[in-house]
Amino acid sequence: MTKFGIGQSVPRKEDPRLLTGRGRFVDDRNLPDQLHAHILRSPHAHARIARLDVGGARSAAGVVAVATGADLAADGIGGPPCVFMPEDSPPGYAPPYPALAQGRVRHVGEGIAMVVAETANEAADAAEEIVVEYEPLPVVVGPESAVMPGAPQLWDRAPGNVSFTWQAGDASAVAEALAGAARIIHLEEDNNRVVISAIEPRAALGDHDSQSERGTLYIGSQMPHPIKDDLGVAFGLPADRFRVVVEDVGGGFGAKNATYPEYVLVLWAARKLARPVKWCASRAEAFLSDYHGRANRTTFDLALDEEGRFLGLEVDVLADLGAYVSSRGAVSPIFNQTALAGPYTTPAIHVRVRGVFTNTVPTDVYRGAGRPEAIYGLERLIDLAAAELGLDRVDLRRRNLIAPESFPYETPLGLIYDSGQFADNLDAGLARADWDGFAARRAAAEQRGRLRGIGFTNYVERCGAGVTQGAELRIAADGRAEVLIGTMSNGQGHETAYAQVVAELLGLDLDSVSVVEGDTDRVAEGEGTGGSRSIPLGGAAISLAADEVIDKARRIAAHLMEAAPADIEFTGGRFAIAGTDRHRSWTEIAAAAHDPSRLPADIAPGLDGAGEFVPPNHTFPAGCHVCEVEIDPETGGLQIVAYTIVHDFGRLLNPMLLAGQVHGGVVQGLGQAAFEHTAYGTDGQLLAGSWMDYCLPRADDLPAIGFTSRPTPCPSNPLGFKGCGEAGAAGSPPALANAVMDAVAPYGVRHIDLPLTPERIWRAIGRGT
Amino acid sequence: MTEQHAIEMVVNGVTYARKVEARLLLVDFLRDTLGLTGTHIGCEHGVCGACTVIVNGASARSCLCFAVQADGAVIETVEGLGSVDDLDPVQQAFRVHHALQCGFCTPGMLMTTIDLLRKCPSATDDDIRNGLSGNLCRCTGYDNIVRAVRAMAGERRE
Repeated sequence: MTKFGIGQSVPRKEDPRLLTGRGRFVDDRNLPDQLHAHILRSPHAHARIARLDVGGARSAAGVVAVATGADLAADGIGGPPCVFMPEDSPPGYAPPYPALAQGRVRHVGEGIAMVVAETANEAADAAEEIVVEYEPLPVVVGPESAVMPGAPQLWDRAPGNVSFTWQAGDASAVAEALAGAARIIHLEEDNNRVVISAIEPRAALGDHDSQSERGTLYIGSQMPHPIKDDLGVAFGLPADRFRVVVEDVGGGFGAKNATYPEYVLVLWAARKLARPVKWCASRAEAFLSDYHGRANRTTFDLALDEEGRFLGLEVDVLADLGAYVSSRGAVSPIFNQTALAGPYTTPAIHVRVRGVFTNTVPTDVYRGAGRPEAIYGLERLIDLAAAELGLDRVDLRRRNLIAPESFPYETPLGLIYDSGQFADNLDAGLARADWDGFAARRAAAEQRGRLRGIGFTNYVERCGAGVTQGAELRIAADGRAEVLIGTMSNGQGHETAYAQVVAELLGLDLDSVSVVEGDTDRVAEGEGTGGSRSIPLGGAAISLAADEVIDKARRIAAHLMEAAPADIEFTGGRFAIAGTDRHRSWTEIAAAAHDPSRLPADIAPGLDGAGEFVPPNHTFPAGCHVCEVEIDPETGGLQIVAYTIVHDFGRLLNPMLLAGQVHGGVVQGLGQAAFEHTAYGTDGQLLAGSWMDYCLPRADDLPAIGFTSRPTPCPSNPLGFKGCGEAGAAGSPPALANAVMDAVAPYGVRHIDLPLTPERIWRAIGRGT
Repeated sequence: MTEQHAIEMVVNGVTYARKVEARLLLVDFLRDTLGLTGTHIGCEHGVCGACTVIVNGASARSCLCFAVQADGAVIETVEGLGSVDDLDPVQQAFRVHHALQCGFCTPGMLMTTIDLLRKCPSATDDDIRNGLSGNLCRCTGYDNIVRAVRAMAGERRE
């Protein structure tokens, strides 16, 4: 292990620029002769556009152009393509999604016209001169309402507002389990819609080079390469006619994965007007145009035998897609339903998912992307089962955990868990949280007139398979290394983390390694960052590239020292002939590699490597979260008083950065569970349309988070890393909800839907009646 | 609407005289007129704290203040702290404790922290959490920010 290598809590390379205001986010970049775009958005949730008169805006001060959906259609320009849709029978339906509405709007915030002017204020002023006459149509909000008979229909080709119906697992085996069960526990719950709320609003700067006929898009994004491909589809051009450049990204959490209409619009305007065009969302626009997360209504039925063994699980999900299917909008409802198996031995699971249209902002992935939804339902259900069967909730879970000797373990939803110590994680979590001391803490709280509750959750999730991860490593003549990789940091610290991998493998110091991400012209390919996969997959791909570099360097060293390559050892940053003191340093080899006169004929100049990692399996991070709360029964006010997480992330690359991911994830999950209420009116108006109305967790809402790493080996990853980005957000909503239900159990409350706001708690305990 | 008003203010020790529209926000003046893009805009309605700067010795939301209102003011922004090669102690504490991830809220957090520590040099954890509660961070869960500020407050207690 080197001073900067794997396992070290190295401070980040990206920090000095970010701490001094020298970071470069999209809105910090301006191009010469740049124009500014403003998007006029629909105030109606569902309406026909009877008249759209942009004449007044065209003649307003500073205005260069005004465009509508008709102008886009005339140019043959589409919008964000849907790139993921179940194709089973019947195939899903993704409606056309133009970058500006064409004759009809389907959610508040949908773009109707774009004004381009010399300044942002002039564009906004001119937009007020646009005259729109709407003929309102009936509105449907909420996934249950969408599938009610007689519900307003959004799309002719989606009868009943159903985009797709997807199933997994063995329905008949579950039916059999339910028929033979001693008890069936039933739960219907809302996994509440969230406004993802990265602190940096979305922004886009489009530029077009008329010489090369190529468009360059500057955005804050997690997925530059997939967005480049989507732009090709939207414009009906080869993807290589576009370049996507991403620099510093002010938080993503899934909301910056997608291709958005505005990205198409600024590029199109830049091409038409032959000047760069910039658009920055206001926060109000972000609420109405950034894709939302979660938004499921789900029923669960868990079959148990007399002893509390899980026999079968039936799950029926209504996933609210919003008005369109965003580019990856069908991912969360489907892709991670595998998490329903959890760390338990449930032998039969069946899940049906219907993706449905409503007159709301489209939804897309949010931290966890289906895992938190599944784990929340499962862990709530188990607490309910314990209560209804009169069993201890810890014992009930222990009875059903997968034993350590069972690996590899195939779940009924097709995953093969390769490792894990689920019972030990549970024991460690409860011990760290002083589970046994809770009764005394509850009694003390009672003295103060407070209701105290404790809750916990086990879980296991899958991270990091399904994509092939590439990486390139280039060594300069001075020995410095450059990593080129198609992931995209948006706060995770890839510049530091990947540099640590290279430092470890090549024996370099951190300053000698640079990392290039976020430029589709410089980095050949990539799938971006999401699904907790960048470190496990990116690290593995870099290690393969490093193997290639070391192999070539060894052959060069052998040539220089007139030895056989097999006799060259690479240790401590130098190449030595085994058993001798003859050696060449890293920098000598790097210099020689770039000097053809010092190389044999069969070795091409340069010292580069490329790695392509095809993961043999997912990684399976697993852990236990314990949450403790106090409630003021007079007000329903909720205080989160303690939070403990014990987690197996495999080998840690940078423990400090990993803890940061855990803290942030936990708090996002607590935000969803206790604070964030995306209230829509039945008329489709977003009532929580600003951070005044939409409550994000703040520093004084939270306790310190106690995190303990409990690694087990990760057989499916060459460096032993498991994904860590989403674990916090996946575990904390059920841990909190179970704690709150424990606190209010004396009032006979069985379940309260998220978010657990004071009002909801207060009403549930009968204070509101 | 486009009538220009002459204003003058001292930003990070430098005096700037400019003519601006009445509706220009202080944050846009700093970012667009002066090119000091370290101060960020998160919500433009005073709720997230990303745009926090210090105006005449007190932290303030530069998105809730017009540039003309700051005529004659003395302003401190993140660019006035340490440099990339020479971080000041608060910046250094944020780095050592990993108190930033994406870094977008960070300039506002730093300015709030500086104001907090000036007013309450030996702040307790409760003081710190209260003091930071006007600034939203979506990445860190605040834990490491509290640690960084605690380390500063602890140093000052000694």
